[in-house]
Amino acid sequence: MSVHLPSHHPQPQQGAERLMLAVAGIGLLPLLLLALVAVLALTEPRFLGTANLLNILRSASVLAVVASGQMLVLIVGGFDLSVGAVVALSSTVGATAMAGAAASGVSPALAITVGCAAGLGAGALVGLVNGLCVAVLKVSPFMVTLGTMSAASGVALLLTNGIPVYGLPDGFVTGFGRAVWLGLPSALVVSLILLGVVAVLQRHTLAGPALRAVGGNVQAARVSGVAVRGWTVSAYVGCSLLAALTGLLLTARIGSGQASLGGLNMTMESIATAVIAGVSLRGGAGRVEMVALGAVFLAVISNAMNLSRVDSKAQLVVLGVILIAAVALDELGKRRRVRV
Amino acid sequence: MTDSHNGGFSPGPAGPGDGAPPLLMLSGIGKRFGGVRALGDASLTLTAGSVHVLLGENGAGKSTLINIIAGTFGPDAGSYCLDGQAVRGLTPHRARQAGISAVFQEFSLAPNLTVEENLFLGRERHRLGVLDRRAMRARAQAVLDDLGFDISPRQRTGDLSRAHQQMVEIAKALMDPVKVLILDEPTASLTEAETERLFALVDRLRAEGVGIIYVSHRLREIIRLADRITVLRDGCTITSIDAAGVTEDGLVELMTGRRMDALYPQIPHDPGAALLELSGLTLANRTVEDVSLIARAGEITGIAGLVGCGKSEVIRAVYGLETLNGGEIRLKGQPYRPSGPARALAAGVCYFPSDRVAEGLALGRPIRENASMAALDRQKGVVRRGQERSFIKATMDRLRLRPANIERAVGTLSGGNRQKVMLARGLTRPTQVFLFDEPTVGIDVGAKAEVYDFLRDLVRDGAAVVLVSSDLPEVLHLSNRLYVMHRGHIAAELTGADITEAQVLACFFQEDAA
Repeated sequence: MSVHLPSHHPQPQQGAERLMLAVAGIGLLPLLLLALVAVLALTEPRFLGTANLLNILRSASVLAVVASGQMLVLIVGGFDLSVGAVVALSSTVGATAMAGAAASGVSPALAITVGCAAGLGAGALVGLVNGLCVAVLKVSPFMVTLGTMSAASGVALLLTNGIPVYGLPDGFVTGFGRAVWLGLPSALVVSLILLGVVAVLQRHTLAGPALRAVGGNVQAARVSGVAVRGWTVSAYVGCSLLAALTGLLLTARIGSGQASLGGLNMTMESIATAVIAGVSLRGGAGRVEMVALGAVFLAVISNAMNLSRVDSKAQLVVLGVILIAAVALDELGKRRRVRV
Repeated sequence: MTDSHNGGFSPGPAGPGDGAPPLLMLSGIGKRFGGVRALGDASLTLTAGSVHVLLGENGAGKSTLINIIAGTFGPDAGSYCLDGQAVRGLTPHRARQAGISAVFQEFSLAPNLTVEENLFLGRERHRLGVLDRRAMRARAQAVLDDLGFDISPRQRTGDLSRAHQQMVEIAKALMDPVKVLILDEPTASLTEAETERLFALVDRLRAEGVGIIYVSHRLREIIRLADRITVLRDGCTITSIDAAGVTEDGLVELMTGRRMDALYPQIPHDPGAALLELSGLTLANRTVEDVSLIARAGEITGIAGLVGCGKSEVIRAVYGLETLNGGEIRLKGQPYRPSGPARALAAGVCYFPSDRVAEGLALGRPIRENASMAALDRQKGVVRRGQERSFIKATMDRLRLRPANIERAVGTLSGGNRQKVMLARGLTRPTQVFLFDEPTVGIDVGAKAEVYDFLRDLVRDGAAVVLVSSDLPEVLHLSNRLYVMHRGHIAAELTGADITEAQVLACFFQEDAA
């Protein structure tokens, strides 16, 4: 313990600096969210209504699940444009299989199982293709997932001709999709469970350090014996599975399988959510709790715009601006780091 | 020391002369990267409980050899035996399982992970995938304490200083039982006290029976630690000697040896006007602080220094590749604000990067296009292929490119020929200030001599040449004036007869007052 070390103790802090450190400690996002909620609560009487709040949480929960998958891929230094298409794919494939099974006279429970398995399987397949192309063939994630995005939404449209798939068992729609558990919409409860699972995986299992090491320094991970390819593929499969689950949740709520679910807009929102939540586009960093907060943040903004009757086309512009601002802040943060 | 960091590894009674096979034996190792021969015939025999120093100039093949030992890549030729058993298909992971641990200069740490996560990366303690964080933290703390490193296991590795990252790297190498420990310039970023600490550790590991391969340029360290010394030159093992009784002078002779005078041409320096003047130059990232220097027409101005001392950054800043924080640059007497390479080229400044693959050349494109790249703006929007071809052909002939086919892709060339393509760029437009960053790194002796001749011709024609190099004999022999840099500052300016190895080394080894 006698090693002499150059000391890097911070100087006695000024007031402003201390505030900056406090902000850095908590993170900018929770503070922004708090401020936004406070302003809305004061200026918009409808905002704090129970129905409105549940509405916000419901849309936030869908977004949070997709974005937490996006986060897994971003952590390994990748990128997934196909999540929106996977939502549509799992909805149509799942609904088609479920309706077909139900029509053939098997028990509703079996039909639901078959349908969910089909939806998840289709999602996992897309994730596997994405992961293998990136990890083994070394194709750029952008190009691979752009391709699978097109292919997946094409399959969804071919399967349904753009017509919603009806005939889902009642147990799936009213018994699950539109059910209310503990006073909360079922989709919200399921989403919270899924986010909890991702959080546990991230904090308490091998996946946490392994994924971050792959994204932080591939060479170091490889030299240290981390199965770089395996973890990369897992991240893409996990991302697609979460998107497929979202597709099934949406299908249950709507009561039909639709190729118009998800889409490019959801992909955009998932990336925006992750970046707002501090998931680095250069890989290696990201926490699912923050992603959930980021989803709530975006949902509150979109709700505020709806309440004040902002045109939905104008909302797209706002989303784009937020996305660019978040990425720019991320870059600035990187540049401020001084080399030691 | 039952629960030491070395996991209670016991080497058994392997003393010299008892007939046991050496711990590690490599012979006739060869390795090529593309067209470049990194190793020709390298051999090394390591016995347990000894420190084996690998000595050689930059580019002699030391790092290639230790990378082969550590399993980063396999050899093209030769045999590799561990404990008397032939080893094939080694990967870094398998090497570590076999007890071979390496501490490289480029850290194998993920900057975004905590210290403990890095220490356990790839071998986390877990039950069915669920991490046992408490056990890992306790073990990490124990290892760090045992080594005497004052680092918290919970800190983010990227936030640590370079010296502390180096310590984490060493701790990581010692997490599992080791038989062979490779240390590649481990003291490069350590202070005197930290270095002493490291030496004590090396002594302890040697006493525990670990075989240590130690790479360093610091002669005092080598004399302090070495049991045996193997000398590499141009990819071949020249000799392997017992370290008892060697002196610093003897080491220098071993390392550089032969034909020194034949390799370096006589350069007639004729210092003229100051073409490049820096005063108080400071970079935004603090790798260079308050550097002032002058480069005159008709002479070679050398900048020497250890890796990471900021010497490359100085000339990169002049070329507009680094962000300035303060100081002044004057070109041909006029104030100059660097804004990027295009501006610098237009002002008659050309920079030759050390990393020719990353920053210099488009490997898939022909020599002709690579050589004319820096002069594209002089073709007024339309590339006249015929003119370009004849001009580049003449330039490459002048540089003695062999084979003289300017349509070959640069990726198929050897290191020396690649450097010639880079040099050709400097000749495609009027240039008075030439900035060379490690111009001979990774190229063979023959090509080196041609690069030196090229420098001589430039100086004779009245250009100002700034030569940044980690190759000490090179800067010593070629420079008319030599600046020595140490931790971002100019430590000394040497001229004429003062340019000696001893003077330069004295500056390298000076310690900060801190």
